[in-house]
Amino acid sequence: MRDLSKRYGPVAALRGVSFSIPKGEVVGFLGPNGAGKSTTLRILCGLMPADSGVAKVCGVSLAQDPIGARRHIGYMPENNPLPEDMKVVEYLRLRGRLKNLSGRTLRARVEEVMDLCDLRRKARRKLIGSLSKGYRQRVGIADAILANPAVAILDEPTIGLDPHQVITIRTLLSQLRGKMTTIISSHILPEIELSCDRVVIINNGRVVAVGTPAELRREFVPGRSYQMEVAGDVEKLSGILRARFAGLQVKAEEAADADGFHRLVLKSEQSANLSEALLAAAVEAKVGRVRGLFQKEPTLEDVFLAATLRNWDVAGEPHENGAR
Amino acid sequence: MRHFPTLLRHELRSLFFSSSTYVAAVLFLLLMAGIYYLILVQYSADEFPMPPSEMFFQTFWLPVLFMVPLLTMRSLAEERRMHTLETLLSAPVTTVEVILSKFFAAWIFYCLLWLCTLSFPLIASYGSGGTIAKGELFNGAVYVGGLSYVCLSGLLFIAVGILSSTLTRSQLVAGMLSFGILFILLLGPKLAGAQELGLWADWLHGPLQYLDITQHRDSFVRGILDTRPFFYYLTNSTIVLAIAALVVESKA
Repeated sequence: MRDLSKRYGPVAALRGVSFSIPKGEVVGFLGPNGAGKSTTLRILCGLMPADSGVAKVCGVSLAQDPIGARRHIGYMPENNPLPEDMKVVEYLRLRGRLKNLSGRTLRARVEEVMDLCDLRRKARRKLIGSLSKGYRQRVGIADAILANPAVAILDEPTIGLDPHQVITIRTLLSQLRGKMTTIISSHILPEIELSCDRVVIINNGRVVAVGTPAELRREFVPGRSYQMEVAGDVEKLSGILRARFAGLQVKAEEAADADGFHRLVLKSEQSANLSEALLAAAVEAKVGRVRGLFQKEPTLEDVFLAATLRNWDVAGEPHENGAR
Repeated sequence: MRHFPTLLRHELRSLFFSSSTYVAAVLFLLLMAGIYYLILVQYSADEFPMPPSEMFFQTFWLPVLFMVPLLTMRSLAEERRMHTLETLLSAPVTTVEVILSKFFAAWIFYCLLWLCTLSFPLIASYGSGGTIAKGELFNGAVYVGGLSYVCLSGLLFIAVGILSSTLTRSQLVAGMLSFGILFILLLGPKLAGAQELGLWADWLHGPLQYLDITQHRDSFVRGILDTRPFFYYLTNSTIVLAIAALVVESKA
């Protein structure tokens, strides 16, 4: 995608969105509500045209040959709308025919995706309208990957599922890695972190961050955080650590737990791992007992908040909750 | 048009598996049977200038007004409301294929329902115990002409129903819109032609007569195959379906 723009009347939904995804990668597509995620995905699926810019799937331009481009795409829309009055196997066969599969290839591929999505035994002959949310999501994913597309686009595949179903869908998605390029749009950030190789964060119609979760952490949440559990003179220890490590921020929790241990949150701007040095310094100080030291990885949620906040600052638009 | 047969089969299956289709079919056949019965009663009481079959086709506009909206209002409005149209169009199919499959499925069902009315003269002949001559009840030429006209005009009426269904997500609104347009199309030219238009609008009489569907129907029923109605219905249904395809593309 290069410089993709789209307006809905006076509202600019996309403002020069550009990114590319290599073959076989699983990419998470993140953004707050109204950021332009669904618009980007709909343009990518050839469902709506962009006002300007270039969008290509496997080298096929969506503007010049939307039908040709759709042959390379399997799409599961948000909320996964499915016909209620069809049986699972009938629906998948119909979708297969529409995706240019026929005869033996069609039958074999339908059985294959039903196996992969665990639909064959329990749901094969059931009406879609009578299926649980988890099984419906599986039908949607089975449809998206049915014709072995080069790109599978899944809009919120795990929304509304219970933890067991989420694990099943996550396993299913991990099986797709390497077989096809997969774009997963989701609000559930831990889910994206677990399933995706790379993340694209979009906000306010612009791409604000692209990279692996580790790269994004380095860029948007630099430095490292640690958590230390200490019993004794916490104030004194905090002072010693601050003096020993330049730029170290130390925040102590006032309340101690049942065993008298306080939690210290340490933030360093250095990218080097200070765990060993911190532990040694705390022991050497002899102002209390140290029970443990953990390094705290910034979550994707921290990255997401930092990236979207920076974008709002650049765009000069007001934040909610007076964050600006 | 590679996927048209697949989509048409799917649409026909949906129509034949839907209970509302059968409700509409039963209503249609009950109404038409009632009309046919009244025609027969009248025919047996008075001297009629025309055979019952010809009289029967004179009332064809009445079921069109409710049958066509019932058959077509669901087609695209429901797909858009349920967002299944988005899923459908994400496959490599064109909007033209989608529109045409829905159109032809509804049209085939509409024609089948009218073909069912062929049983009326047979039932009447059996029920009357031979008191009415078979030739009078079952006038082949009238039936061929009448049904040909019904099928031809049905192209335009169903196209109007499909277009109405593309304009809204509500089946009810689509049905009412379709009813309104069909009412104007079916009765508008006849009613307007009957008015005193005055000298300034005398030129309108010609076009209104051309648009008057009762004129087309009478020609067909009398066995006159005029090319003008063919042109009128085929071109207009094509234009209406093209507009429907554009609406779907713009709203997808």
